[in-house]
Amino acid sequence: MDGLQRGAAAIVGVAESDIGAVAQDMSPIDLMAQGIHRALGDCGLALRDVDGLICATAQSRTSGLALAEYLGISPTYIDSTILGGSSFMFHVAHAQAALQLGVCKVAVIAYGSTQRTIGRRHASVREYNPYETPFRPFLPSTAYALAASRHMHQYGTTREQLAAVAVAAREWALLNPVAWEKKPLTIAEVLSARMISYPFTVRDCCLVTDGGGAVIMTTAARARSLKKPPVYVLGCGQAITHANISSMPDLTVTGAVPSGRAAYAMAKLGAKDIDVVELYDAFTINTILFLEDLGFCAKGEGGSFVEGGRTAPKGSLPVNTNGGGLSYCHPGMYGLFLLIEATRQLRGECGARQVADCETAIAHGNGGVLSSQSTVILGSAATI
Amino acid sequence: MERMEQSPLAIYLAHLEKGELAYQWSPEAGKAVFYPRVVCPFTGSDRLEWRVSAGLGTVYATTVVHPAREGAPYNVALIDCDEGFRLMSRVEDLPPEAVRIGMRVKFRVHRPGGDEPSYPVFVPAEGA
Repeated sequence: MDGLQRGAAAIVGVAESDIGAVAQDMSPIDLMAQGIHRALGDCGLALRDVDGLICATAQSRTSGLALAEYLGISPTYIDSTILGGSSFMFHVAHAQAALQLGVCKVAVIAYGSTQRTIGRRHASVREYNPYETPFRPFLPSTAYALAASRHMHQYGTTREQLAAVAVAAREWALLNPVAWEKKPLTIAEVLSARMISYPFTVRDCCLVTDGGGAVIMTTAARARSLKKPPVYVLGCGQAITHANISSMPDLTVTGAVPSGRAAYAMAKLGAKDIDVVELYDAFTINTILFLEDLGFCAKGEGGSFVEGGRTAPKGSLPVNTNGGGLSYCHPGMYGLFLLIEATRQLRGECGARQVADCETAIAHGNGGVLSSQSTVILGSAATI
Repeated sequence: MERMEQSPLAIYLAHLEKGELAYQWSPEAGKAVFYPRVVCPFTGSDRLEWRVSAGLGTVYATTVVHPAREGAPYNVALIDCDEGFRLMSRVEDLPPEAVRIGMRVKFRVHRPGGDEPSYPVFVPAEGA
């Protein structure tokens, strides 16, 4: 993105709040605060150092106000941009802009959701759309299913290939102690699970969990004095193509194309240079679309690309190493967790699921119904 | 500036009540606009003309929704109308899983009754 400088800002602290099923009556703001407390501990900063506050949740219209009050701080930079699950990648670019300009010196990006505890219907109320609601699309699943139908029609992508995405995610999740899913999964089990919106069964769809967390960012100069190795923001890109699925120009090509292009240009890297890939897998088709649109394979070849465990733990391209929204955690707006996992991989903190020699990572966020796409490329000190 | 007497949605729904599928035409862009708006998304102009579709189209994408609790599976589809606009709808008069991408379809107004406004559905139109 023009104006943002490669490596000028860094992620210095990351943490999940409680995730999965949280204690009764926890609020999304409780989870944000818990995530911030833990992430500050991760980097050795204190709440008094925070002068940039960025957050999003589907459960509070003015979450920035609520969180500032809760924490007892009065930030100089405040932002509660909400564009769906990719909001947090947009936040990284906003935070970097604020840090570069000196509007703030330490920015936190926070998220919290209790959708499992209170029910998805209450956590994320659907707006009435007179041009879609009468047809009773089961959103968001139906929108992504329509995209999958088009991909299957144009490129011969199969339900088995979609299922391979879910199976790879599960294999990674089994290596992640905090992942929601604990049992192995087969392609046959994905195909025979309860149908939601054809071609998706419940196993093609993300989890419905609680969860939250925080990411702390500061300038590159300050980052080098903190507890853990900085994870530098090398590239950011974003694109919005539509809000409702009936207005998406081409259901087989997402805004990840321009978003990725912008992020790669800023990072001066290409897909071939990326060591670990974190993609927003709300549905199995997402991983296929984003592998294509971010240049890891050609358009239309995503289905065959994911066959044979290529993106699974022993495959050639590590994708969604925490287990993803499909098997690790999905509280509704999952993007923040991609940034957390990419940071941990670059620091070498991932234990059994650690990718060897990990110096570059891509964290790609998706929001709405393939509507908002935002890409963040991160790198270790070796990339600066 | 002149105050608008009717919203784009109200005009669209009034056409549906008459059994017509209406859309807008942007003369400056030379393109169809759907859903109906106050301002053209291609040019930024407020010059938008209303037109009535011939009602013929092609299935662009399709799915079958399986309700979790009660009710039979049903179709949700995106239809590309021949005039160059796309809308969400469903294809009726055949099993939901028999709806195919590329299938030619024809508009029919659906009147749910009660307070619910009419909406456009489609039926197969072989040879059209």
